[in-house]
Amino acid sequence: MPLLDIAGLYVDFPSHQGVLHAVDDLRLQLEAGEVLGIVGESGSGKSVSMMALMGLIPFPGRVRAQHLSFAGQDILRVNETTRRSIVGKDIAMIFQDPMTSLNPCFTVEFQITESLRLHKGLTRKQARLRACELLEQVGIADPIKRLAAYPHQLSGGMSQRVMIAMAIACQPKLLIADEPTTALDVTVQAQILDLLATLQKEQDMAMVLISHNLGVVSEVAQRVAVMYAGQIVESQNAQKIFDAPEHPYTQALLQAMPERSSGQARLHTIAGMVPGMLDRPPGCLFAPRCSRAQAQCATPAPVHNTPQGQVRCHLPGSALEEQMA
Amino acid sequence: MSATPAQDKSTAVVQAQGLSQIYRIGQGLLRPAALLHAAQNLSFRIDAGRTLAVVGESGCGKSTLARMVALAEAPASGSLLMGGIQVAGASGAQHSILRQRVQMVFQNPYASLNPRQRIGQILQGPLQINTTLNPQAQRVQAAQMLEQVGLRPEHIDRYPHMFSGGQRQRIAIARALMLSPSLLVADEPVSALDVSIQAQILNLLADLQASLGLAYLFISHDLGVVRHIAHDVLVMYLGHTMEQGDKKTIFERPLHPYTQALLGSTPTLRRGFPGAKRMVLQGELPSPLAPPSGCVFSTRCPHATLRCHKERPVLQAFHGRLIACHEAATLAELTVVADTGTH
Repeated sequence: MPLLDIAGLYVDFPSHQGVLHAVDDLRLQLEAGEVLGIVGESGSGKSVSMMALMGLIPFPGRVRAQHLSFAGQDILRVNETTRRSIVGKDIAMIFQDPMTSLNPCFTVEFQITESLRLHKGLTRKQARLRACELLEQVGIADPIKRLAAYPHQLSGGMSQRVMIAMAIACQPKLLIADEPTTALDVTVQAQILDLLATLQKEQDMAMVLISHNLGVVSEVAQRVAVMYAGQIVESQNAQKIFDAPEHPYTQALLQAMPERSSGQARLHTIAGMVPGMLDRPPGCLFAPRCSRAQAQCATPAPVHNTPQGQVRCHLPGSALEEQMA
Repeated sequence: MSATPAQDKSTAVVQAQGLSQIYRIGQGLLRPAALLHAAQNLSFRIDAGRTLAVVGESGCGKSTLARMVALAEAPASGSLLMGGIQVAGASGAQHSILRQRVQMVFQNPYASLNPRQRIGQILQGPLQINTTLNPQAQRVQAAQMLEQVGLRPEHIDRYPHMFSGGQRQRIAIARALMLSPSLLVADEPVSALDVSIQAQILNLLADLQASLGLAYLFISHDLGVVRHIAHDVLVMYLGHTMEQGDKKTIFERPLHPYTQALLGSTPTLRRGFPGAKRMVLQGELPSPLAPPSGCVFSTRCPHATLRCHKERPVLQAFHGRLIACHEAATLAELTVVADTGTH
């Protein structure tokens, strides 16, 4: 049984102009100890799908799913008490901007020990000891001094380490890292990525790493899902997706990266824009921007199973092979 | 770069010599203000049609440099020559000409366009102030400029909120080009954009440079982008130049430990930057108010020796680049050994 099993997940945001389908028929499975990377451009639904799992979708958003199972329990259908005992304990999340996701009014100690006392029932003293251990584990020097610090006294990298300490405090089975390094400098980013990879191995956590940066995902993830306009268009083993992607969107995205076009004067671009709430095409969502689109692409794209994953496309295949032939 | 004598004869779009900037930071009523050396002794030249990329982490002085070159603030010391005119001694009339020659594009296109102005007003603003064109002629120029940056001229009466991030950045670039500048200072122009949009903007910048012969001062922390767009690279750390040279030299054989660390810690798709080993620096940027004595990078440098902690290295020519490192010669030998070892 997979640790996380999501099928038919929809997240809709109704508005005056119509309904925004932020997540559209998402299917995802994650084994214990596996690292999944979710990549996509802004607005592709990568964060929203994981916020739905955490129960963090704000009103008036609606979450529907065939099932949204974590360790065999359907999170959408269990009662509130059970849900609260899972979320924050077995599933933890790290957010993008460490400077704004810590509460400026409370000390680091209070913020780390809060979940320890709530979920694990530790006393104040025990929680303090554990918090000290955690800070040491995430590589913060002089943890006792740092426990008394307020978030404004910490640098960006340090704040993100504190966020990670909070997230792993209850030894979660699944850690969701939503753009954990986007707000950080490259040298600090490398430190944080290394830290996440080490913790993931040590504690054998499953991890979902959300990022718009394909490089970051390729450094950490074992499997990668690419999202476009609320749908997963391709999910493959990491090696395969970067070497021989099958979906035209994945191919275009990789070609648009400056590092893939060394020596060329121009970068590959994807014509047009991500469809908005009102101009979603009736068929395949990527068809209007796709260089390979045919007549059949005016109908919704089917999901093909490949040896290592799935592709949502009428005409999947490696563009590289075509060029070679 | 200043190394080649052939270029020295022509007039550079901008030539900086020993630029420094010092900020006074108030520490309270009774304590004396602290001095923050945001930029120290920066020298470079940019010729028409060339791009100088400045790389470094936040707080290294990249944006201070951008503001000095964009004439938004005067340097504390050093000379800045623009098209042969000395900026510091320029008269008021000369200043207004100089200001038209250099324009700026900012990082966040959501914050850098006035939401209450139509695109036409935004683009005509520079013309109203600096030219005597009548409003009709201004509008025609604005429409032409929109076309040049890849937008439709009929968008001229729209407001910024009706555009996506990439389109807004095009508008910001259009505004910067309204006065036909010779130098564009771009402060992280693509870091707020998605990969596919980023590619469009980088292509646009390359096209404009080819057709208008623009010089760019391109500030970025993304080395993938820099490697694509730059001709010359200047690596900064805590206000100091660490390594400076043409792109090929710096990317293919970085010799300064900080450049190596930057290249080594940039996440890439498996293959990494050629010549860069995966490398993670310890620690974080020291406070610029209390920079380390000796080499400013010595506290995080894996190759630091006793001398590095005591004596500040001078920027000097070495192996086709300028480098500020005591250990440059040793490191050069190391990379040669590593290169021959792998091939």
